[in-house]
Amino acid sequence: MATPENKLAFDGGWGYAPAPESTDHIQVKKRYGLFINGEFVAPEKGSYFDTVNPATEEKLSRIADAGDADVDKAVAAAREAYRTTWGRMKPAERGKYIYRIARIIQERAREFSVIESLDGGKPIRESRDVDVPLAAAHFFYYAGWADKLQFAFPGRTAKPLGVAGQVIPWNFPLLMAAWKIAPALACGNTVVLKPAETTPLTALKLAEVCRDAGLPPGVVNIVTGAGATGAAIINHPGVDKVAFTGSTNVGRIIQKALAGTNKKYTLELGGKAANIVFADAAIDQAVEGIVNGIFFNQGHVCCAGSRLFVQESVADEVVSKLKDRMETLIVGDPLDKNTDIGAINSRMQLEKIESYLKIGKSEGGEMHQSACRVPKKGYWCRPTIFTGVSQSNRVVQEEIFGPVLAIQTFRRFDEAITKANNTPYGLSGGIWTDKGSKIFKMTQSVRAGVIWANTFNKFDPTSPFGGYKESGVGREGGLHGLDAYVKLGV
Amino acid sequence: MAAKRIAVAKTYKIYIGGKFPRTESGRYFPLEDKDGKVIANMCRGSRKDFRNAVVAARKAQSGWAKASAYLRGQILYRIAEMLEGRREQFIAELQQQGSSKRAAEKEVDTSIDRLIYFAGWADKFQQVFSSVNPVSSSHFNFSVFEPTGVVAMLAPDDSSLLGLVSNIAPAIVGGNSCVILGSERKPLCAVSFAEVLHASDVPGGVVNVLTGFRSELTEYFASHMDVNAIVYCDGGKAVARTVQELAADNIKRVIERTRVDWTGTEAENPYLIRDTQEVKTTWHPIGT
Repeated sequence: MATPENKLAFDGGWGYAPAPESTDHIQVKKRYGLFINGEFVAPEKGSYFDTVNPATEEKLSRIADAGDADVDKAVAAAREAYRTTWGRMKPAERGKYIYRIARIIQERAREFSVIESLDGGKPIRESRDVDVPLAAAHFFYYAGWADKLQFAFPGRTAKPLGVAGQVIPWNFPLLMAAWKIAPALACGNTVVLKPAETTPLTALKLAEVCRDAGLPPGVVNIVTGAGATGAAIINHPGVDKVAFTGSTNVGRIIQKALAGTNKKYTLELGGKAANIVFADAAIDQAVEGIVNGIFFNQGHVCCAGSRLFVQESVADEVVSKLKDRMETLIVGDPLDKNTDIGAINSRMQLEKIESYLKIGKSEGGEMHQSACRVPKKGYWCRPTIFTGVSQSNRVVQEEIFGPVLAIQTFRRFDEAITKANNTPYGLSGGIWTDKGSKIFKMTQSVRAGVIWANTFNKFDPTSPFGGYKESGVGREGGLHGLDAYVKLGV
Repeated sequence: MAAKRIAVAKTYKIYIGGKFPRTESGRYFPLEDKDGKVIANMCRGSRKDFRNAVVAARKAQSGWAKASAYLRGQILYRIAEMLEGRREQFIAELQQQGSSKRAAEKEVDTSIDRLIYFAGWADKFQQVFSSVNPVSSSHFNFSVFEPTGVVAMLAPDDSSLLGLVSNIAPAIVGGNSCVILGSERKPLCAVSFAEVLHASDVPGGVVNVLTGFRSELTEYFASHMDVNAIVYCDGGKAVARTVQELAADNIKRVIERTRVDWTGTEAENPYLIRDTQEVKTTWHPIGT
């Protein structure tokens, strides 16, 4: 265990030299219109909003604010494309278009990574190694399904639904667009997608990719805007299927709004995952897993391991090692290749996180933050843990969506399960132990859609993702992700 | 000449947690035959009955889900055996409620066969629908089905036995527990089927059967915060909207089964099991 005597002085004599990713090859236009029917068009009302770099608070571009009339046009374009081209195309040909999209993303991967980090604040290491490659892989995976759907649904014929209206969040902007668009297209649907208002750039770049891939006009339409634009898409009578990723509260509103409409929907909502560490775990690996679980992408992850449960006998050791490890995390410039934790995505989100830090302390939790320096400009939050909290604390129950971990202890297996399941959420969970039988019992007992055993926050296009309970409806990814975009006939 | 024997009439009660209480509300509604003669005073179930039933269903669910697939299959088979043994009673009840003899026979026989059908799926649907996922990283990754949990159900009104059985079977074979509101117009078979369940090794609380007014109870079925999914049969657009709106309070899965031909293959496939299942994906590193 680390003591003051043997602890490494990570911020000692040898600092890290800056290693910024270059931005000179990046093209971001001063202004972006809406991508409707294969071309960029100005919004009807002519209004635009800024998208800013959360690490510098500098404006990156002006983005069109789509109104009802624009959404109308986008849905009409998608409908027309569904009717005349995409819905009638030979599935194998559809697949080839989707493969093209995957390839172009791979070719332009570095550009996408840099823009993703500029616009959203995530470390370049993550956008470069996780977001962008996974987005390309997602298109590549679903491209191959296009002409094989009859094997995905035994005894049934899969038919497309029509126009899919998709609203995605700001935490994985390009990746979420890929999760939504790729299966929709593979199954023969056309798309109207709205990226989040704080991170629209990579979706607009993806629109360029669709255009460059020669995708028929109207198959993919990207409309930008805030909540009102999203509502216009979801409530549009010309939309046959709604896919939403975001908070449980908004998901609830959407599910209510869709009542009585016959629209099919999938909802990928909030989470408060339990990450459970048993005494027989490989402790150093578990500490890495805890760090990855809660500090990956600044904790802006619906499946983040935001509740840590440590078996009492190793709790002191785990927390002490965790605190040591937190000291090594570099918070700062998202474009620096050494950065571990980037900028909080927006001022609004930072204020929300900070309000939870206050709540956590006022409810009696003991807060610990790493001592790292953070830049003066921009939105930052140091890696934070709370100890001395209990099940009823709000920082234990509510989704914070930031680098904030609530730590509790347990003695017995059943106690860990009971505590882990004591939440309305059920998106993901983690378990750390060297005992195989315990892993299987745990994965069967935790009510959540994704369980990471001796690992955390892993994603793959072949692997279905989605929640139990109030964490959502339906799955994205893998064979099971196709279901959301087809109607099954005999 | 011997005096004509007086038949013993059955008291129709509701079924909660493996017991047959009367409704806590003390209310009833008379069921009449086509000549206006009262056949039975049915329990007019209340919101409180429903809530009690959900408590029982929740309590029973995890144990039922842990039962082996083989055992669940055998128990469903056992239900069919018990129903076969009481075939004549159900035919008579259906006739009392207006069915022709032939229609009644067909409905009971199909119901028995349907139970056998779903009993056979118990240890097979998982094999059809689960997957091992070839992820790019060095992990073993697989996805399986797990039951959604407690399912509230509004049974079809016209197909009072077959429709009831065809909704209960796919839910429980997959490890869910359920609370079902029987047909309002023809409520007898729902209660008698509960007696069949009671004699079939189905643990108490796995299936709970209420009778009562659908217009009164629908909103409670749809809005209960400890129910994970709602299956509703028929009812029209207004009902669909109400159910879906209220279900959103806790993001329930909403399964609509309207205008289903319960006699056909539409009511006999594993996708009906899948409706109340969740996909769970597990990752583990591959290493030494």
